[in-house]
Amino acid sequence: MQRLRRTMMFVPGNNPAMMADAHIYGPDSIMLDLEDAVTMTEKDAARMLVYNALKSVDYGDTEMVVRINPLNTPYGKKDVEAMVKAGVDVIRMPKTETAEEVREVEREIEKVEKEIGCLGRTKIMAAIESALGVVNAYDIATASPRMMGIALGAEDYSANLKTQRSDSGEELRLARETIIVAARAAGIDAFDTVYSNLNDMDAFRREVEYIKTLGFDGKSIINPRQIEVVNEVFAPTQKAIDKALAILAAIKEAEKKGSGVIAVNGKMVDRPVVIRAQRTIDLAIASGILKEEDI
Amino acid sequence: MNTIKDRAADIAAAAKHEGKTVYNPEAAKPKNETPRLELQKESPKLVTLEEAIRKSGLKDGMTISFHHHFRAGDKVVNMVVDKLAEMGFKNLHVAASSLQDVHEPLINHIKNGVVTKISTSGLRGPLANEISKGLMEEPVVFRSHGGRGSAIANGDLHIDVAFLGASSSDPLGNACGYSRSENAKSICGSLGYALPDAQYADKVVILTDDLVAYPNTPNSISEHNVDYVVEVDSVGDSSKISSGAIRDSKNPRDILLAQNAAKVIINSGYFNDGFSIQTGTGGASLAAVKFIRQEMIDRGIKASFALGGITAHMVKMHEEGLIERLIDVQSFDKVAAESIKTDPMHKEVSANEYASADEPGSAVHYLDIVILSALEADVNFNVNVLVGSDGIIRGAIGGHPDTAADSALSIIVCPLLRGRIPCIVDEVTTLITPGSTVDVIVTEYGTAVNPRRPELAERLKKAGVKVVDIKTLRDKAKSIIGEPAALPFGDKTVGVVMNRDGSVMDVIKNIKG
Repeated sequence: MQRLRRTMMFVPGNNPAMMADAHIYGPDSIMLDLEDAVTMTEKDAARMLVYNALKSVDYGDTEMVVRINPLNTPYGKKDVEAMVKAGVDVIRMPKTETAEEVREVEREIEKVEKEIGCLGRTKIMAAIESALGVVNAYDIATASPRMMGIALGAEDYSANLKTQRSDSGEELRLARETIIVAARAAGIDAFDTVYSNLNDMDAFRREVEYIKTLGFDGKSIINPRQIEVVNEVFAPTQKAIDKALAILAAIKEAEKKGSGVIAVNGKMVDRPVVIRAQRTIDLAIASGILKEEDI
Repeated sequence: MNTIKDRAADIAAAAKHEGKTVYNPEAAKPKNETPRLELQKESPKLVTLEEAIRKSGLKDGMTISFHHHFRAGDKVVNMVVDKLAEMGFKNLHVAASSLQDVHEPLINHIKNGVVTKISTSGLRGPLANEISKGLMEEPVVFRSHGGRGSAIANGDLHIDVAFLGASSSDPLGNACGYSRSENAKSICGSLGYALPDAQYADKVVILTDDLVAYPNTPNSISEHNVDYVVEVDSVGDSSKISSGAIRDSKNPRDILLAQNAAKVIINSGYFNDGFSIQTGTGGASLAAVKFIRQEMIDRGIKASFALGGITAHMVKMHEEGLIERLIDVQSFDKVAAESIKTDPMHKEVSANEYASADEPGSAVHYLDIVILSALEADVNFNVNVLVGSDGIIRGAIGGHPDTAADSALSIIVCPLLRGRIPCIVDEVTTLITPGSTVDVIVTEYGTAVNPRRPELAERLKKAGVKVVDIKTLRDKAKSIIGEPAALPFGDKTVGVVMNRDGSVMDVIKNIKG
């Protein structure tokens, strides 16, 4: 089963209490933040905390991501070194604008991985938060085989565009669509930006529905309360599940017979349909609608 | 034989036969012609606090009792004990239904020998601190609400004089926890914990801040049980009957615990039309009610009654038609207190009718589901709600062991960790609710089902509840926090925990430092 990344929950890297039990709420990924959430004076302390959290807390099968400081700050390289040594799954780069920046981080990761003998373990994702980043989205997405996804960071991006955030999200349209297309072209995941008004869960739900329609794999979230809404929106309908189950059953049947062509209800089934069906089933299992033993 | 004179000899013979005297019209009291509204004011029961104390026959060494319906806003205990100290009483036994932070002045009364013994359900704040450290020679006796009711009824806890605050009373002693007059100064709703005292104490003194005209009916306490009525400025601050405005918790951990608890309830097999439920007032408990409410609406299920401390949440669901009746031993906020005044389906019950083990009709016997909290629970499902992990008394037994024992399904909602304090441990600091009466413990890391209930565990697993071994939870807590240092308990017994059946279940030792 391919890893689902419906929710990536941001947790400040200077808050031990939140780091200790972030996984109990069931996000698909947790992003421990060393960048914006941490003031200059706490950068070293936060790095040590996050290192120890990764080493000592049992996060189960939650994917662990750490947002590092940019490499051109005094903290970036130290962040990479500590997190790779702690065994992080993914290094998240903030404010990424060029493919070269990704390669730079890749080189730093490799250096540490070679030292500790785990070459190739650490994945990279990049947050795109500027016009230049959007223009270079495909180059960024394909800059390294370690790339697992790209994400939109809307606050910096809209400031860079000389506009501000609106309820409709009009100002983000091109960026969202570009990021989706770049991610799909590169064969990696795409994550939407955070929604920060916790008092308007209806508007949050509408935004999640919208970005799901655009094609995003998931959303960045800032509070456990948002998880349920995202999971509900991403949960497939019973009709879609039934159809997916029929397709997968037809494939099994065809494999048994050694037949190359598969048809369901008289319609030919090709590869994208099969991939979509598998994702529907994965989502259904993750949402608790379907049990693995039912398949 | 047509006139009374003719029958005089027979009347005398009949009197002799009955062992009585013959009626003498000359000796009969003259008729009082005062208008009755005025006459009420001359009620022989209407006295000052000092007179009431004197007339009650209270002596050194006797037992006085109080209720705690005003919780942190109570003014009666301090007022009465101050007066008793002033009058020179010594060596008294204070038997309160519970004691709070506000009763800090008792510390001095203990030091001065006015109070030498305490029985209560709970103890908090500075008084609890001092007692935990060994302030008293005689240990405090802790009983559950049902246990206290039973002990008063069967004589284990004999009350000489009860001093009971009431928000209204007429001059004869018909009293309520609310007032229907314009001069109402306070409201506490149900007087459930005061009712055994009113019924069984040798003498009963009502203190009220709203003396209303006779008859103050419907009444909670009947004049029949009341000896004296004392008018005072204030019996309590109603704004403090709930420890804070009840609102929906936004704490993600509370919400997660609540979701887990609601899932347990909904899939327990007891969530059927006509079920009955009791919940606490903690954030998780209240949030669980919200989830249950939605599920009741979705499935078209109604509850026959909600029991216990009644909150605004329960009143709302009752008014929506989701809960048919409210059975109220204690009103946890003003909304509940107002509701009991106006709604006949909102019934007031005594501690005995609520939770006595001895009464076949006590409401807990007919309770399906109870959600309870815990300071600690252990691998044998024992629960502690009284003594903190620092060894200091900081809670109340309340109806915890009563409801756990008598309900069909008892659910403890308890975080695995509170900061750096593990809440699932090898052995609870103090045994309050025996594990044999606890069915499920819900934590944020998973739900443990008592091995006594395999069928329940099976149902919950099938419904997708994350059922884990209680020892796994303990290990998890240990792996995160480590092994806490042993508490520095001393050799002095400062508290005795009674089981609801009247047996002694545990003792609390003094804490050093």
